Amino acid sequence: MMDTQLVMYEEDFKKILAVIQRLVRDANAKGIFVVDKNGQLIAEAGEVRGIDTTSLASLTAGSIAATGGLAKIIGEDDFPVHFHQGARDNLHITLVGGRIILVVVFDDRSSLGLVRLRVKKAGTEMGKIFEDIQKKAESEAATGTSTSPFAEITDDDIDNLFSE
Amino acid sequence: MSFINYSSREINCKIVYYGPGLCGKTTNLQFIYTKTNPDLKGKMISLATETERTLFFDFLPLALGQIRGFKTRFHLYTVPGQVFYDASRKLILKGVDGVVFVADSQIERMEANLESIDNLKVNLREQGYELDKIPFVIQYNKRDLPNAAPLDELRRQLNPSGVQDFEASATTGEGVFETLKAVAKTVLSDLKRLSR
Repeated sequence: MMDTQLVMYEEDFKKILAVIQRLVRDANAKGIFVVDKNGQLIAEAGEVRGIDTTSLASLTAGSIAATGGLAKIIGEDDFPVHFHQGARDNLHITLVGGRIILVVVFDDRSSLGLVRLRVKKAGTEMGKIFEDIQKKAESEAATGTSTSPFAEITDDDIDNLFSE
Repeated sequence: MSFINYSSREINCKIVYYGPGLCGKTTNLQFIYTKTNPDLKGKMISLATETERTLFFDFLPLALGQIRGFKTRFHLYTVPGQVFYDASRKLILKGVDGVVFVADSQIERMEANLESIDNLKVNLREQGYELDKIPFVIQYNKRDLPNAAPLDELRRQLNPSGVQDFEASATTGEGVFETLKAVAKTVLSDLKRLSR
C-alpha cells in the first residue's frame, strides 16, 4: 500500500508539540523528536540546540527501516521499541501507529524505566493525533476539499525556483 | 511521500538516485554538495564501507527556495548499487517522490544497467508504485570515458518510453545539476497535478 501524503496543519502541530513538551518534563528527557517514517522531522522539544535534526531524522528513519526489515526476516511484524545506550546520552526510539517515530534523548538525570513508562502514555496520545490527521487527509482526498498549496502554483512558480 | 507542514510552512520531497554499482550515484551527490551554497544545504551523510562503497545510503538535504510562501526542501538519497544489497534498496525507495536512474555509459556495463533498471521496477512495484507513473529521469553518466556506448544505443535500451534524459560526467559535474533540476521540476509538477 502506498502512504497518503502527510499534511500537517497548525492545530495538529500544536497538539503534537504539547504532548512532547510534557513528555520532556515527565520523563526528565534532554530532547524529543517526532520523525516521519520516511525520514522527515515533524516536531522537536527540549534541549535540541546543536543537534543536526535533519540528519537525526533521516538516520532514525533508516535505522527503523533496517530493523523493520530484520524483524520481517525472523517472522516479526516490526520491532516497535529500540534502546541505544551511550556513555552519557541514550536514545529511546518508539514506533507509533506504524508511521511515526518518537525519539527520546536522555541522560542519567532520567532512567530507562521512567522513559519507557512516560513514552507509553505519550505514544498513545500521539497515535490518536496522527490517526485524526490521517482521517482528515483521507476525507479531504475523498471529497476533493484538499487545500494543498500546490493546487494553485503555476509552471512559472516552479521555473522561478531554478532561475538563479 | 512529500510532507507539507503548514506550521513551519515547509514542503519536503524525497528523491532517490538509483543505478548499478559504481555508476556514480554518490559522486552526483558529492558534486551537488560541494557546489551548493552552505546556507542551502545540510550535512551530507554517507553510510559506506571502508572501501567507500555505499552500504546503506547517502543523504543530502537541499533547500531550493520558496513557492507561494512555502520553503521547498529536497532530500536526496542514493541506494547501494551492488546487487546483493537489494533489501536495503527496497527500504530507501519507501516514500519516494521522484527517481533518477544513473546509468553507467561504459559499454561493458550495459548488462548491469538493464539489470538495475529492472530491479528498480520490481522494487517500486513492491511499494505500490509504477515507474511510468512517478517522476522519473535518466542520467547517462561517464560520457567522458573512451569506452562509453553511443547515446542512441543507451537510449534505445534504457529509455524506451522517452522520459527526460541527460548526458553527464559526475566527476567533473557536467549534467549533474541539469539532472537534479529536471527531477525536482517533475516532482513539483506532479504534486501540483495530484493536488488539483
